[in-house]
Amino acid sequence: MKLCPDLVRKSWRLLAPQTQTDRQLLSTRERPYAWPGGPPTIDDPELAAIRAGDEAAFESIISRYHGPLTRLAMTYVRDVGVAEDVVQETWLTFLRTLDRFEGRSSLKTWVFGILMNIARARRRKEQRVLPFTALFRRDDSDSHKPTVEPGRFGVNGLWAAPPDSWRNLPEEKLINRETLDRVKQAIEALPERHKEVVVLRDLAGMDASEVCELLSISATNQRVRLHRGRAAVRRMLEEYLR
Amino acid sequence: MRCREVVELMTDYIEGTLSDGDRARFEEHIAGCDGCRAYLEQLRTTKRVLGTLAAEPIPAAVKADLLQAFKSWKAT
Repeated sequence: MKLCPDLVRKSWRLLAPQTQTDRQLLSTRERPYAWPGGPPTIDDPELAAIRAGDEAAFESIISRYHGPLTRLAMTYVRDVGVAEDVVQETWLTFLRTLDRFEGRSSLKTWVFGILMNIARARRRKEQRVLPFTALFRRDDSDSHKPTVEPGRFGVNGLWAAPPDSWRNLPEEKLINRETLDRVKQAIEALPERHKEVVVLRDLAGMDASEVCELLSISATNQRVRLHRGRAAVRRMLEEYLR
Repeated sequence: MRCREVVELMTDYIEGTLSDGDRARFEEHIAGCDGCRAYLEQLRTTKRVLGTLAAEPIPAAVKADLLQAFKSWKAT
């Protein structure tokens, strides 16, 4: 598996203090598991505030991440009630392990990682009662199928039925309750691998390297999943807004 | 580059991961193609609309429970 270049650069920066000469850098590079000067510590003011018992800081983080965490939980468990339980359990685990967090990943990646572990464990429990075949559904959604219906293009590969510009759509139409409910449904209909990436990138606002790290996928794979996921949501929006 | 190929490169373009050559060809195509420009704009809007889902408010009861848990954690 290829690692995200961003991620490699990021950990490389942590490994290599700016003042080292090229020669020293090279020798550090040969020992990639050494941490010169000890393990990295992330100077995260929000984390520091929460650790110090600042309730407002905790309230802020649970409010901010509530939407993305719930959406991500819905990737693994079907039931909204179960998803809400998972989010709650995530925060309790977060508090329980707060002292052990070493700052090797961002606070955000850490919280979302906790949620994924809990949600997947919950699903494993639920799956024991699912029909046998449901466990072995094949997911070939990353194949090279086009993301736009081929019928939209002529034989020359140019648009035959081009999309409309959304430029003149009133903003209200795009973000009203009904449209957003449709978008939620469209996310839920995505294959899991696309859903995870769309939620982490576009709802949780993570960057590509954070998502690669959390899901242990390559940079290319991350982009393919993001592309297919966003394209599917766009397709639904186009139909709905027509 | 044809529209059919261009649409599959849109995310790579938005992410800034196209090679210099591909980016130049992509931009040249987009400059002369209303359909692909509209498609790119739709993808960007889709991303933005997805982002608005993040603002889903935390239910008051959930928040109250968690703040209670925080107080207990603090007390230990």
